[in-house]
Amino acid sequence: MPLALITPNLKPLKPLMFKPKVAFYWCASCGGCEETVVDLAEDILGVVEKVDIVLWPVAMDFKYKDVEAMPDKSILATLLNGAIRSTEQEEMARLLRRKSQYMIAYGACAHLGGIPGLANQFTREHILKFNYEDGPAMANEKKTRPQLVTEENGRTPRLPALTNVVRSLDQVVEVDYYVPGCPPTPKITRAAVTALLENRLPPKGSVIAPDIALCDECPRKATKPANISFREFKRPHQALMDPQKCFLAQGVVCMGPSTLSGCEAACISGGMPCTGCFGPTSRVRDQGLKIMSSLCSNLEPKDEQGISAVLQGIPDPIGTFYRYGLARSLLRRKVNLPTD
Amino acid sequence: MSDSTNKTPDGKWTPRIVAFFCNWCTYTAADLAGVSRMKYASNIRVIRLMCSGRVDPQFVVDAFAKGADGVLIGGCHPNDCHYVEGNYKCLRRYQMLKRMIADMGIEPDRLRLEWISAAEGEKVRRVVNEMVETVKQLGPLNIPCKFEEWDKEMEALAGHVAHSQSAAGAACPDHAKPQTAQTAHV
Ligand code: SF4
Ligand code: SF4
Ligand code: FES
Repeated sequence: MPLALITPNLKPLKPLMFKPKVAFYWCASCGGCEETVVDLAEDILGVVEKVDIVLWPVAMDFKYKDVEAMPDKSILATLLNGAIRSTEQEEMARLLRRKSQYMIAYGACAHLGGIPGLANQFTREHILKFNYEDGPAMANEKKTRPQLVTEENGRTPRLPALTNVVRSLDQVVEVDYYVPGCPPTPKITRAAVTALLENRLPPKGSVIAPDIALCDECPRKATKPANISFREFKRPHQALMDPQKCFLAQGVVCMGPSTLSGCEAACISGGMPCTGCFGPTSRVRDQGLKIMSSLCSNLEPKDEQGISAVLQGIPDPIGTFYRYGLARSLLRRKVNLPTD
Repeated sequence: MSDSTNKTPDGKWTPRIVAFFCNWCTYTAADLAGVSRMKYASNIRVIRLMCSGRVDPQFVVDAFAKGADGVLIGGCHPNDCHYVEGNYKCLRRYQMLKRMIADMGIEPDRLRLEWISAAEGEKVRRVVNEMVETVKQLGPLNIPCKFEEWDKEMEALAGHVAHSQSAAGAACPDHAKPQTAQTAHV
């Protein structure tokens, strides 16, 4: 990605005298973001050589106590992936924020809430009941659920509590930079880490990706219609797709027009439309509403019934337009759900 | 929200409704209603836009998120839009937006779209009054209060963290020195 785009006119500072300390941490995430760090392949060795990793639970054995004992702001940067949805995650986010100069939201879940953010359509009770009682793969006749505190052989192990609301990292602590993607690509990760180590950081609060829509770098851009009027919406499995033609021209929802570029159109190159994991461009406040506005205004019918028939082709607008962005949307969570 | 703007003088709740009216038809009609001294409920805060096609769904949801109990959109009748297609764009977005707010727990009746021409001052009066009645039946929406309620769980934990971190200064001696990639086994 064109790093020059995000680092205007900044001269690199003197090489750092000491190895800066870096922490990696994971919260409500699938592990894919950790994979990307490893996917840096040989590059990871270069990074490891230049930094002291002080916390990386997925790969190395450190204790939280080690971090607690460190002086405040002694970590150069924490790259935190995953949404925040348990008391432990929240506690760690606060601790790492205090110990770090830069807090970096790494990946769509930390950036926008991500896939875990879709749980904001349900109550905590609903989620626990489904996962421990009603789920099709559940055999739990006694309806046992994890207990926050238990007694066992004189020990009292404690478990973190699920919060009612899934949050993006910046809804919990101050965030300095965002590395977008589900997961971020190695290229974008390398750009972020290099910017950090060479002290060529863009303005605080930036998303480390070119602030222009994905269509710009899409190989199918040439076939994107200037004027479009949808007669129907299809989902990718419902029709044989032309592998060269813009998805919108084939009546398939593609989030490209309202999604940040930087992934080099990974999904489109793999034959699938963009689902929006890089998040919106900086002019957009609510990713889902913006793409909905753009797609739905361009239907062919002009009458209520005709419009409604075309819109039936999008059976789950929340899951489609807010695939990654629900927790960070204007409403954040289904508003009539109770908290318990 | 409990500020005075959505309370009657006797302290009862009364709906707060944000209206997005297009400059060429509905806003002019609202003006006409005013000039003709028609009385309609004072619950409405009108925002004038050039066209109903300018009503970004983000505006509507932001109004709800900031405390509106209802949102009314007014535009020119089909075929009458000053910009030809704006009202059709509005109608299509509106139909999807209704589904989306319903999925997000907001009663779809809190959002209404009406075509009102510049001559229909009377229709402004009727639609506004009906809208106020509908929203009164639905009761307060109060999303800002919900945000506060949701974030209480964070305040509680913030207090706990501050407490335990001040106690954690005394980590066990083995752990007092931070480990690094060099000293920890990988
Ligand atoms: S809409 Fe999708 S397929 Fe079409 S140009 Fe944009 S990113 Fe590519
Ligand atoms: S095409 Fe879209 S969903 Fe796929 S990686 Fe790029 S931004 Fe993410
Ligand atoms: S100008 Fe009135 S709806 Fe477009």
